This record gives sequence, structure tokens and C-alpha cells, in this order.
Amino acid sequence: MNWVAWRMLVGDTTKYLGLVFGISFATLLMAQQISIFVGILKRTGSQVLDVRDAPIWVMDAKTRFIDEAPGIPDTDLMRVRGVAEVAWAVKLYKGQVTARLAAGDFRAVVLFGLDDNSLVGAPSEMIAGALSDLNQPDAVIIDQAGHEYMWPGQPIELGREFELNDRRARLVGVCKASPPFTTLPVLYSRYSTVRGFVPRQRNLMNFVLVQPRDERAAETTCLAIQQQTGLAAYTRDQFFWKTVRYFLATTGIPVNFGITITLGFIVGAAITGQTFYLFTIENLKQFGALKAMGVTNSRILMMIGLQAIVVGFVGYGIGIGLTAGFFEATKNITHLAGLYLQPLAAIGVGIAVVAIILLSALIASIKVLVLEPAVVFRGG
Amino acid sequence: MSQSSGNPSSPLATSTPGSAPAVRCTNLTKEFGRGDTRITAVNQVTFDIQPGEMTLLVGPSGCGKTTLISIIAGLLNPSAGEVSVFGQRLDQLRGSRLVRFRARNIGFVFQQYNLLPTLSAAENAAVPLLIAGEYRAQAVAAAREVLESVGLGARANAFPSQLSGGQQQRVAIARALIHQPRILVCDEPTAALDAQSGRNVMELLARIAIDPQRAVIIVTHDARVYQFGQRIISMSDGRIESIVTSPEQLGAHS
Repeated sequence: MNWVAWRMLVGDTTKYLGLVFGISFATLLMAQQISIFVGILKRTGSQVLDVRDAPIWVMDAKTRFIDEAPGIPDTDLMRVRGVAEVAWAVKLYKGQVTARLAAGDFRAVVLFGLDDNSLVGAPSEMIAGALSDLNQPDAVIIDQAGHEYMWPGQPIELGREFELNDRRARLVGVCKASPPFTTLPVLYSRYSTVRGFVPRQRNLMNFVLVQPRDERAAETTCLAIQQQTGLAAYTRDQFFWKTVRYFLATTGIPVNFGITITLGFIVGAAITGQTFYLFTIENLKQFGALKAMGVTNSRILMMIGLQAIVVGFVGYGIGIGLTAGFFEATKNITHLAGLYLQPLAAIGVGIAVVAIILLSALIASIKVLVLEPAVVFRGG
Repeated sequence: MSQSSGNPSSPLATSTPGSAPAVRCTNLTKEFGRGDTRITAVNQVTFDIQPGEMTLLVGPSGCGKTTLISIIAGLLNPSAGEVSVFGQRLDQLRGSRLVRFRARNIGFVFQQYNLLPTLSAAENAAVPLLIAGEYRAQAVAAAREVLESVGLGARANAFPSQLSGGQQQRVAIARALIHQPRILVCDEPTAALDAQSGRNVMELLARIAIDPQRAVIIVTHDARVYQFGQRIISMSDGRIESIVTSPEQLGAHS
């Protein structure tokens, strides 16, 4: 009878494709929006995750997220280095400045000032140039997406010059870096060079990057730094999630995406559920005839369940495939770089689709199960 | 073809053809609803139907024909009285036993055919064997043979939408016969057909009814088919008004 159920499902191509389309559409909508939502949230803390060579971030105790850290005195660096659990500590500047290009255009950029000697916090992968070139006067390295943003359509060309705070900056390298939340170009330079790129302020350093003596005791080291210096100290993951939570709590991003995802679920559930329900109801007479001929209720349930599973599996597969295809097709678009189908989104949407299908199958089954087989004698 | 009605595990396996009427109804009553809304659809009905006989169940709409045939086919349980099919008491069967009884012993022909639109004629006719657990290839092969016997061998691969009403009804008859049921229950089999197609279907059913191990029961409003019956049971208000069996009486009825 499974074969009969299969033929009842796929025999009417229009209805079958309608069912599959409904689930594919719902899957695409939900998986794509969840993936973009998660991807954008990750971008808010992407600069934190990009620093792989120091696991602890130290900052002003009132800092709420990475873009808001105020300057702290250089003496704080010494105080952090004085904590017994600290192996080494280096300063880091992270801020936003305005670049003036040769043609007179302006671009807002994210600027990192790295410790002159160690270059801790530097990008891990170079596309053009070398990290050591940062030792040249006025040298900066830019991320690949930033280069496209500042010089759209132009090939990578080292030696380009532009101005930061009326001071000459010279491009010596292009690197890979995670795109920031604002999709601004990310510039890396030496801390001493950055002093000239940033308008004069009392305290330039806003982060201290720390390597604990025992990497497994990073959280303990953070506590020790907090207790002994009064500064805030977080592990990489803690600071990342602190930043993400800030954006979740204080911006409209989760509400907007939440609404879209919820609408996707509701629309998907409505289309899929209603279509599958109607499909089963339209077959009610046939199910009645089968019951009259001796098909048991449990067999009918299995038939409807099989139809639901087939439709769900095919629809979900197409929907997830389309989502993956979307991200594959847009991966080279600068402002969409770094967004991809999140595995958790795929799993979550899969569970949602199963829930939608099972619920609609269950509701439709009730009509069939309570159907008196004698209904087949009632003409019409 | 399946021989399920002769299966030793069948409730009918112990009955011997000819030893009992095909159908025996004794004081059969069926009520619907309760209290003030109670309706007696079948009221104290008693009659026998013999094997090898085509019985017509006639009467105005709402007289209880459909309820009566549903009880005989094991689709409804009576409120009171007894009903037996080839010696097997149906009023004592419940649940899965009743479902199994139907699957093995009853063939259905519906007014609206109730063919599955996405299955071919052969696949539709094979459904009762598939219900019985037969392999698909064997079931469809058997269905082709039965379709041949009802004159539709050439249209075995056609879908219901590609067949005329008469052809669809013949597919439905093939489906009803494929598992060799003891009772063939037909609900207004000619109602949706033109005169010639209706006549063809009735001639086919008359040939089927000759089998001494089987009985054919037909609910009908169509006076043109009365000539095919060996027994005509007229109903009114849930009761039997008359039972006609002699050729003279049948001729007058027609």
C-alpha cells in the first residue's frame, strides 16, 4: 500500500509540485534569513575572533562592546603586565577614522594599531605584501573587501597613498579579515604610526591583549586582572558574546530578523500545512473507499505519514539547496562576504519543517481516521 | 488471482457453499441518534439471499437501502437483530476482524466508481490484492486478466480520466472481483451511465452473479435494471414492503 500512497502523491504532478514548492519556499525563507541573521551577529564580534594570538582582552571596566571602548592610560598596560598570571601583554588601538582618497573622496574606515614589536592582533592571512612591511613609514594593510570598497573595480596595487587625519598613509599589503558589522574597510598599522592617523587624544590605547601563563586558565587570569587592576578582562569568546549580546539587546536587528523568520515560518507553515491538508481532504473519498475495501486505520496513517515524509524530504532538500546556492552565488559580493548557510540554521529549519509536516499530516489524518467507510455509499 | 475467500484462516472457511444462504438478515434494525433525534433507518428487516442470485434492493430515497447494504457489507454494525454472510455472523464481528472480513469476502462497486485517479485501470483493479499483501507485479498481472474478462484488456494502462463512465464502472467491477469475494455489493452501479453503458454493466453483473459461490446485491433506483434481478426487495420507511422472486412477478415489476 506504500506504493499506492506514493502514486496518490506524485500522480497529480501539479498538486505534488505545489506541496514541494510550499516546503521549499518555507525552507529557503527560514534558512536564508536565519543564516544572514547569525552571520550579521557574528560580524559584530568578528574583529574579536580574528585575533588568534592573544586569548584575553582587557579594557575599561565600563566597556559594553568592541566599538565603544574608551582610551585607557598607558600605565594600565604596566599594571596588567604586573599580574602574576600574565605571561605577556601588549597594547592595541581599535577605532574608526576617515580616510581621504587621492580623488578627494572620503571613506570611513576601521583602524587597528598593533604593538610595534610583536604585531599581535595582525591579520593571519596576507593576499598581497607582507606583515613586516608595516615597519615602513606610514604603512597600512587593508582587508580585501575594504580594498574593493575604497577602490572599486580596481586591481590590487600596493604603494597607493591616501590620507588619514591629514597624514599620508601608504598601502603596503592586502589581507583577509572577517568583515565588520558595518562592512567598513579594516586597516592595520603599527601603534606608533597610528598615533599620527588619529586626532590627538589623551589616551590612545583602548585594549590590552594578554597571553596568560597557563592558556587553560584564561578565565582565572581574567579574574585576577579584574581584581588587581579594576579593568575589565574577558576571554576571546566572552568578549565576542558580550558584543553580540549588546547588539541583540540594543538594536532592532533581532526584532526585524525575528519578524522575518517568524513570518517565514508562518507563511511556510500555512502554505505547506494547508496544501497538504487539502491534498489529504481531496483524497478523502478515495481513503473512504480504501477503508471500505479493508484498509485499516493504522495502514491509512502509514500512507499519509509516508506522503508527508516524501514531500517534506524533497521540499526541504530543494529549499536547503537553494539557500546554499544563494550564498554560493553571492559569496564574492563584498557586502555579503562571510555570510553562509549556517549548519545550525539547516538543522533548526529541518526540525521546523518536520514539525509543520507532521502537524498538518496529523490534522488531516484525524478527518480520515474518523471517516465512516460507509460514506462511500452516499453518492455524490 | 487471490483465493483469499478460500483461505483456511478466513471466517468463511468453515462454511460450505450451499449449506447456508448467502445473506440472512433476521429482525435487523439500525438506529441513528438518541432521544428525540433518534431515527430508525432499518426496522425489523428479515430476508434471505441465496447464492448464485442477483438481488436488487429498491425503494425511494431515505427508505434505508444504503444503511441495509452497509450492514450487509460489514461497514456498519446493526443496533439489533442478526446478519450473517455465508453462515458468518457479522453482527458479532468488531474492529479489525470486521475489516479483515470485508477485505476477504466483500467486493464493492460504487455509484461514483471511486477509482484512484493517479492509478491506471490495471493498478486500480489490483488494489484489493495489494491490501491483502500481494506483490505489486503479481497483483497488476492478475488485474490485467480480470480486466480482460470484463472486456477492458486493451485499456489496462489507461487512467480513469481517459475512460468513459461505463469503462470506469467496468474497472470498478474488475476491482471488486479480483479477490474473488463471496458477496458483490453494488451501489447504484448504473446511475451515472447512459442507457447502453448501464445495460452493458448489468449484463456483466448478471454473468458474475451466476457463480453459485457468490451473491450479487445491487441498490438501485433505475427501473431499467429490474429485469436483471432474480429477487427484488422493495423497501419503504426502513421496512421491507415486498420481496419478489417469481418470473411473473418480476416481469410485472419491470
